[in-house]
Amino acid sequence: MHELREDPLPAAPPAQQPRGRCIVVTSGKGGVGKTTTTANVGVALAATGARVVLIDADVGLRNLDIVLGLEARVRHHVLDVLEGNAELDDALVSDKRVPSLKLLAASQTREKDDVDTNAFRGLVEKLRERFDYVLIDCPAGIEKGFQNAIVGADEAIIVCTPEVSAVRDADRVVGLLGERVKITLIVNRLRPALVRRGKMLSVDDVNAILRLPLLGVIADEPGVIISTNKGEPLALDANSPTGDAYRKIAGRIAGTDTSAPEIPREASFLDKLFGGQR
Amino acid sequence: MLEFLKRLFNPEPSSVTARERLRLVLLSDHLALAPDVVESLKADLIAVISKYVDVDAAQCDVTFEQQDRVVAMLANIPILGMKPAARAPRPAPPEPPPMIDAAPASATVADAPDVPDAAVAPVAPAAPKPRRRRRRRTGVNAAPAHG
Repeated sequence: MHELREDPLPAAPPAQQPRGRCIVVTSGKGGVGKTTTTANVGVALAATGARVVLIDADVGLRNLDIVLGLEARVRHHVLDVLEGNAELDDALVSDKRVPSLKLLAASQTREKDDVDTNAFRGLVEKLRERFDYVLIDCPAGIEKGFQNAIVGADEAIIVCTPEVSAVRDADRVVGLLGERVKITLIVNRLRPALVRRGKMLSVDDVNAILRLPLLGVIADEPGVIISTNKGEPLALDANSPTGDAYRKIAGRIAGTDTSAPEIPREASFLDKLFGGQR
Repeated sequence: MLEFLKRLFNPEPSSVTARERLRLVLLSDHLALAPDVVESLKADLIAVISKYVDVDAAQCDVTFEQQDRVVAMLANIPILGMKPAARAPRPAPPEPPPMIDAAPASATVADAPDVPDAAVAPVAPAAPKPRRRRRRRTGVNAAPAHG
């Protein structure tokens, strides 16, 4: 917080990009990995030097801070700012590991209906003037929390797991987002071995239904769980293949990586035997 | 061995089941979320049927139901009586393609300018192209029923 006050916010973004991009990470269904995705994509984008602010729009069920490992540094939250009880600069939490990343945490003790939609839109607009990317972690569901989260966004990342329930909900959310929003897809928690044995929907199966530009595919692997245990996003781990997948997703968002998304491969016998992480 | 026998008798992997179930459920979802499309389909159905019989348009009911492996359209259209003009000459629509006796159909050309269209209609009722054409023409017939 101290260093924040001394060195407030970055100056205006470069002239060719007067406003930052606002991207909402959403899914409809809960528990598919929206928060983990927001954290990792945000960290990966910021690691390239881009100015990134993450907003936890899941008011009442605040989680983005703990996934990022920043929970001890949160002093004020998004509703404090919206209701004028805290200055924006005081509420933005810095991340020592990635200096260009800021977090605006959700309130744990309030409800989604407490968020004024217009005020939220205004906040997003304000942040877009100061950051290259405003990433919004959307709550599950399609009620007011969802409506607030998407109000200022002109891009959306749909996170979908290869399960019938997640695909159905993602399809619904795509319909609700409408034509205004540019939508891309991340298939999360893919288990290549199950896909090979015909026991899990493949990426193609999922996208035959959703028909969205594919941003990336994340494997269901222990590293993801371990990283949230520690509050150290995998995107910071140079040796993690999943971290690499997140970095590539960030590259595709920024337009610097034009490679086609890779489908995670099965862990080899040796990987399983010596699966090194704890 | 047990696994092998199981596969032998139940060869469909669960991902195929998942795909099929999703296809059906999304079809139902999309129909339920597009009431205007369903209303328009209902109006077209009534219009087409009204060419042959008088129907009670106010009591018509079109619903969709997910059955085992298909989404079925269920139309309940009360019929009030026969249309005098349609009684005799027009052949029953169920099997139109092998049309050997084209003569009776052309006999009614007088009141329906594009009869070939009417013969095709039962074959592909869901195809969007013929639907639009029928709608334009039969709109005249449907009007009194609505009023």
